[in-house]
Order: sequence, then structure tokens, then C-alpha cells
Amino acid sequence: MARKQENVRNFSIIAHIDHGKSTLADRILENTQTVTKREMKEQLLDAMDLERERGITIKLNAVQLHYKSKSGEDYTFHLIDTPGHVDFTYEVSRSLAACEGAILVVDAAQGIEAQTLANVYLALDNDLEIIPVINKIDLPSADPERVKKELEEVIGINPDDVILASAKANIGIEDILERITEAVPPPVGNPDEPLKALIFDSLYDSYRGVIAYVCIKEGSVKVGDRIKMMANGKEFEVNEVGVFTPKPLPLKELNVGDVGYITASIKNVGDTSVGDTITLANNPAVEPLPGYRRLNPMVYCGLYPVDSNKYNDLREALERLELNDSALQYEAETSQALGFGFRCGFLGLLHMEIIQERIEREFKIDLITTAPSVIYEVEQTDGEAIIIDNPSMMPDPQKIQEVREPFVKATIMVPNEYVGAVMEIAQKKRGQFIDMEYLDDIRVNVIYHIPLSEIVYDFFDQLKSNTKGYASFDYELLGYRPSKLVKMDILLNAETIDALSFIVHRDFAYERGKQIVEKLKELIPRQQFEVPIQAAIGNKIVARSTIKAMRKNVLAKCYGGDISRKRKLLEKQKEGKKRMKMVGSVEVPQEAFMAVLKMDDE
Amino acid sequence: MIQSVYIHIPFCQHICHYCDFTKFFYNEQLATEYLEALSNEVNVQVSGEKNPVKTIFIGGGTPTALTHLQLKKLLSLISDKFDVWNCEEYTIEANPGDFDEEKAKLLREYGINRVSLGVQVFDDVMLKELGRAHRIEDVYKTVDLLKQQGLNNISLDMIYSLPNQTAEHFERTVKEALSFDLPHYSAYSLQIEPKTIFYNRYKKGKLHRPAQEEEVKMYEILKKNMKQAGLKQYEISNFAKPGFESKHNLTYWNNDYYYGFGAGASGYLPGKRTQNIRPLPAYIKQAMDDGKPVLRIDTIGLKEKIEEELFLGLRKLSGINKNDFQSKFGFSHDLLYSNEIMHLKQKGWLIEDVETIHLTEEGILFGNEAFEYFLLEDNDLEAIALTKK
Repeated sequence: MARKQENVRNFSIIAHIDHGKSTLADRILENTQTVTKREMKEQLLDAMDLERERGITIKLNAVQLHYKSKSGEDYTFHLIDTPGHVDFTYEVSRSLAACEGAILVVDAAQGIEAQTLANVYLALDNDLEIIPVINKIDLPSADPERVKKELEEVIGINPDDVILASAKANIGIEDILERITEAVPPPVGNPDEPLKALIFDSLYDSYRGVIAYVCIKEGSVKVGDRIKMMANGKEFEVNEVGVFTPKPLPLKELNVGDVGYITASIKNVGDTSVGDTITLANNPAVEPLPGYRRLNPMVYCGLYPVDSNKYNDLREALERLELNDSALQYEAETSQALGFGFRCGFLGLLHMEIIQERIEREFKIDLITTAPSVIYEVEQTDGEAIIIDNPSMMPDPQKIQEVREPFVKATIMVPNEYVGAVMEIAQKKRGQFIDMEYLDDIRVNVIYHIPLSEIVYDFFDQLKSNTKGYASFDYELLGYRPSKLVKMDILLNAETIDALSFIVHRDFAYERGKQIVEKLKELIPRQQFEVPIQAAIGNKIVARSTIKAMRKNVLAKCYGGDISRKRKLLEKQKEGKKRMKMVGSVEVPQEAFMAVLKMDDE
Repeated sequence: MIQSVYIHIPFCQHICHYCDFTKFFYNEQLATEYLEALSNEVNVQVSGEKNPVKTIFIGGGTPTALTHLQLKKLLSLISDKFDVWNCEEYTIEANPGDFDEEKAKLLREYGINRVSLGVQVFDDVMLKELGRAHRIEDVYKTVDLLKQQGLNNISLDMIYSLPNQTAEHFERTVKEALSFDLPHYSAYSLQIEPKTIFYNRYKKGKLHRPAQEEEVKMYEILKKNMKQAGLKQYEISNFAKPGFESKHNLTYWNNDYYYGFGAGASGYLPGKRTQNIRPLPAYIKQAMDDGKPVLRIDTIGLKEKIEEELFLGLRKLSGINKNDFQSKFGFSHDLLYSNEIMHLKQKGWLIEDVETIHLTEEGILFGNEAFEYFLLEDNDLEAIALTKK
């Protein structure tokens, strides 16, 4: 189809989890007849099972749609999906860089949420045109007027520009589509310039090699072209280009403004670094597009198969996942307690949980995950400097000259009534107050320097729950600073369990020790014998508790002859044991290895 | 040949806080419709009249929550279908209190020869806590009433490990229960099951169960007192004077077949275990439509049958008779379980003698752990097939 560049619109949707982003995307696909009602699966863009279950988007998706406006013009839209969680801020910035506009979806009852705000600012940073939509106006609790006012006060949006909609009831969808044609500018690139295609995601397909998701910023690319990766200079011959409709639709050529894919028998995902620019080998662009900041893993943890025979399966699973997830890192390691496994690096806790769940679900490997940790720098008394990404590797206290840990500058934006709550949390997390500035009458920026290790645990969750979700939070790495840190060992039945060791600030050590032995006592079921639990720093025991021996486990009840129920109970009991790890002589459930994370629950 | 019948009456005047059986508040109209549906189910499933059976058990719910007329209808349905007068054991469950002379007479007239009485605990405050409608004095009145009608074969049910209960407290209940000098007693430790009031309280941290140590103490007290009173323990939770062991419940532990009629009832027929639909309207509709109100059928193949033979049989103190196993399955239990039995013996949980294998007192306390040993893997039976060839 012939297509004019001025009729192309590239946009994404920004929304808080549950505010209706996926439903709106579905409705847009439906109303532009991109998919017929019959093909329509609920929430089409969130294709991965996990995404659909958790109601979140992890991997990016880009879909081409066709829309005939009321004035009779034909438009080509590219809808680029964005993830909504802070761990994936990086991915959001990638997708926004490929757009000229963003639909901001806000729940008519709940109003604007902190996380959305962070993404709105990202969008404004990228000079995107914002189309404000208040969704779910058909809910009894909807209060669109209040939300309009909020949008005006917080982001400065003109109330007259706000579209009232209900994606569920198909209200306002046409208005949104019309507004996209009016408000979002077409992509500005020049089709005659040398090719500049921005890679915003990539995916490995076993038949076609790497599929690079690209946005064409300048020039064009077609099958048979010889392309060059500007980051490493590697060249490939294009064997397919196309767009997603949402099924991949091969085309002859991709032009300026197109959002689609390129395959070129690329074997290594590393050759298509996200943020890199693709150009033509025989007519290269002079300068690459500005890339993204590349995020390194922030959180490390050990992944071990519950069944040691599954070690090779686990390695294969990680290899497969790594192909589509450049942020995932791993290397083999050994634990005395858990055997062979891998130390893996993740962007954040959610990223970690998702990888863990995908391995368990898609590869059917039961996992033990050790508590997450950051990377520490240790200067030993013998002058040697070492890097620690696994707490159990921390040297004995007498061999340590100095321990340094990563600090971040945390910027927390919050309505002024919650400043007290924010400070309390930051203080508890060893934060050092730096500054506080009023952005307007209501909003305050609170700035702290906080150890990264405190952030990766549950900082964000606590922040959200203590500010009713209003706080938005961003952080940047400051570098390493000396801290009074010590390694806490945990002993079960007088045996040190390396996988349970963690690193803690000396001032909090006793309290943490006490909390963790109590938590472990709750999490580890009674065994056939008594099991003492101890927390130790070096040779010194700082806390202890005891799991009493199991005294009885028998179902007395008769269940009126319902033997199937008895059978299920026994089968569940047996299955439960399979999911526990024999550590020394003690059966330890998976959750126990994450106990250090759960200590702040109480 | 199916020798046992279970019939479920899902109505109660009061709902107990711990109960997760199929039960609904009594409603006269609904109960009448229910009995009609039940009658249809029984007639479709069992042809002919006055069929010989060994045991019948009417459970609930509260069967005695029915009106005199409804009870009569239920009992005549049963005595038309089954030969109740030659039935070895014909039991009805009853609550102390919701009982009068007329109902007791009716039971006698229709051949019922055993009553299982839900007494639970001799403490009016705790009875109230449990959501029970009866009080201690009702137990005395009801036992008198039954005995006057010649219904002397009474089983008294207790529940222990109740919220805030101590071992000493439970001992008083056991002693008072034994003062009735009945031929059969059952005592079950309280299970907190989902979808009960207790479960909700427990989840909110508002219900405090005795510690495991205390529960074990209660069990020891129970066994000691029963023994002193001349009642022999024959199953984990059951005690009887010689000859008064519940034949119906032994059907379950012996892994024999039984019909299960009524809403939510479980049955065991050759090759399958069935469970009926629980919600009343759905049960009634299906039972009226085709007489097959079955919700679920679990296939019982050889593997399942063997497993159940073991984990049910070992609940009995007499355990598994090795010859019976051999003649039932055509091979020795040793072919499948020699390792497991060795381990359990080493733990002191199991004893093997010339005729039987059975759990020790210690083994009974860890019954679920021991039973788990007898669940088979899918390929375990291949070995048997090979040896038999």
C-alpha cells in the first residue's frame, strides 16, 4: 500500500497497572480492524502467559494498524507497548524513543498513580505529545472531574483536552483514534538520507535467528540490503523486513517512520544491542542515533535446581532466556548446601521473580533462589581487593580492611503530606538526607543517598504502601562507599548453610539476626528431630531459636468415606517434600532461602 | 458385590464452626424435595428390592434434623431398597437434643440398631464456641431416651485439640464420656478446614490451637483412659468393646466397596471412586433428571487400589493381613514395598510379624508420614508385571 510519511503516527500507551492499558490496546486493535472480533483474544498484546496472569507487560510489542479518519484520510499507526514496572523503566525509555506521542491512561476512580507519573516525565523528556484519557468512566465510583483537576495540577494538562473513555464499554475509542491523527506529529526523518534504524528490542527465534525490532528514523531498508551495526561494525544481509499486525507481516521495504522488524541471519543477540543504530554498509550514516543508557544488573542471587540432576536443564533454560533478555547475566557457582547452580544478575527484584517463574513454568524446573545481594568491594588486610557478589564469599572479619557497597542517589517525589513517611522509611534504610525541594504547592522532591542493597529489598514496596501509592521514585548509581558491613552466617543443626548467609550493617546485625532465626523457625517445618537455628558473625553466635521436633502427623478424621481427599492430602505432602531441599539433615522449603527478604513484614 | 451403603442428609438446624461437610440450614420444603431426589438416585443406581447388605450408615449434616414425617419417608425408602432386618449394622448419626421419643421409636421400628452421637466435648462454654446447639444435659437425656427404646449400641463422638483446650480439660471430657459405659467411642483431633468459620478466625490469628506437644498429650490420655475402661483401640481414632467395632467404618479401612448416596456423598465401586454434586439445587436437579448426580469420578486402577489398601489398612491397629493381600492381588506386598517396610521398621514405626504388618504406637502418631511411603511411582508396577510373567 502506498503510504505517505505525514500520515504515519507512532505512539505508546502509558498507564498504571490495572488502569486499563491492555484493554484499551485491545479495543484500538479491534476498532481499526487490525484483528477481527473472532481473532480477538482478551488482552492481545500481553501474549506471554505470565504477563497475562500478572496483568503486566514485560517484553515490548509493536503493532501496525490502519485507520481511516473522519476526514477520509488513511493513516498508518504504530502502537508500541510499554511495561509498567520500575524494574523495566529502561524498557519504557526504549519504547518511548520510538514514538512521537503517548496516550496517558488514568483510572477515573483512582486518579494518577506514582508509577504513571514517572513514565509521563519520561515521555515529556522524549518530547512526546501526550493524549490524556480518563478510563473506566462507567464505574460507579468514577469521578472524572476530580481526576481532570488532578491532571491539570500535577502535569499541567488542559482539562478541555482530556478524553473520557471506557475501554471495556467501548466508549471514547473513536475520539482517541481521531485525536492521534490530529495531535501526534508524523515522524520527521528524511527518506532520502542514509538508513538509521533504532533497535529498541530484539528476540531470538530458532528458525530465523535474531529478530531486531526497529524504528526507522531516516532512510529505508529492504530485503537484500547489506546492513551494518554501528556499535560493532558487523555486517549482515537482510533476508526479511516487515511489521507486526500483530502477526509478523513481511514487506518489501521499511521506510521512515515505520516500526517493524529486520531479520538477517544474525546468530548472536549481542550483535543487535538494544539502542544501537542499524545503517547500510554501502551508504552508511555518519553518526548513530543517540543510544540508551545501558543498565547493568543491580541484583544478584543464586539459582539452584531443587533436584540436582536438573543442573544441565537449568543451564539450558538460562541460555534460552538470555537470548531474549540481554539484561540477564549468569555464571556457574557451587554452594556447599545447595550443590551446583548459577549466580545470576537482574535489573531488579521483579525481573528476578519473573525469570524465576519462567524457569519453573516454561522449563519445569523447581528452583531454590537465594536472597538477592548487590556487589560489594572488599579490601583485605593483605592489600588484595576482591569483588563479592555472593554473601557467603565474604572473608572473615579479621581479614577485612574495608568493605565498600554501592550507594544510589534516590529521588522521591511525593505530595507534601507524605514527606514524614518517606523520611522514616529512608532513615530505616540507612539513608542519608541530602535535600528537599518544593516543585509546587503540593509536590516535594526528597533526595537521599541510600545503599543499593537496601533498595533492592523492599524499599519500593514500602514506599508505595506508606504513601498510598503517590510516591514516585527514581535512582541513579553514585558509586561505592565504605560501610561497616559484616557477614551473618546461619547455622541449622550446628552446620553453616552458605546459601543462607547475608551481609548486614554492623549496627543492625543483632536485630536482624534475631528476626531471621525467628522467621526461619516459622518457615522450616518441624522435622523428626529438634533443629537449633543460630545466627553468627564470625565465630560469635548473636541469636538462636529452635524448631521443635515433629510430634504428630496423622489425620484422625474419617471424612465420611471420602478417600480421594485423603489420597490428595498424602500426594500433596509427598509433592511438598520434593520441593524441599535436603540441607545436611534438615529439609528446608524454598521460601526459607528468601527469609532475609521477608523480615520486614512484621 | 457391594455390601455397604452410605446415605448423606445435608441438613442442620445449626451449622458448627468447624464443619466442612456438605450441609445446609434445614428448610422443610427443600428437605422434602431432597428426599425425593435421593429416592430417585437410589432407585436408578440399585435395582430390585430388599437387597441384602452388611452395613448402612446415615450421616450428615444431621439426619435427625428431618421432621418425623420426613424421617419416616427416608427410612421407608431405605427399608424398601435394602434388607435392613438382616443388615449387620444400621447406623444413624444424631445430635443430642434434636431428638424425641417419637423419633427414637421410629428408628427402632425401621430396624436401625446403632446410633452415633455427636457429643464433642463436655463443656457448655466450649460447645457454644464450636457452634453446637446442644448442652451437656442434652447428652444425658438423649442417651436415656435411646436406651429406653432398646437402642443400646451407641457410639459417642468427641473432638479434641479444641481452641484453648488443655490436656487436663480433655481428660475430664474423656472421663465423663466413659461414665456412660457405652460400647463405642471415637475421638478426632480438630482439623481447621477451609470454608469454615474456624478457618477464617484462624487466618486472622484469632483462633489459638493447642501446640503439637499438647495434642500428643491428649491422644495419650485418650488411649490410657480407654484402655482402663476396657475399650480396645482398633483404628487411629476409634475404640470399642469387643465385637462392637464399627463394621461400616471398617468397610472404608478394609478398602471394600460401598455406595454413596446424597449430596456430596462419596462412593467406591469397582474401578472408581465417585463424589456427588454438593450444592443442593444442582444435586436435586441432576438426581431427578437421570438419577446420576455425580460430580467427579476418580479411576482406581491397580496402582491406586494397592496404595489405598495400604494407607487405609494401616489405619487399623491390626494392620494388613499379608495372606489377604496375597489372595486379593495375586502377589506378595513384599514385591512392591520391601524397602519401604525396612525403612519404617528401622524408624520404629512399623512391625512385621508372621501374619501382618501394622504400625507401632509411635508409627500411628506419624501415620501420614508412614502412609506416604506407600504411594507408588507409575513404573513401580512394571516390575510386578514382569515377575508375574
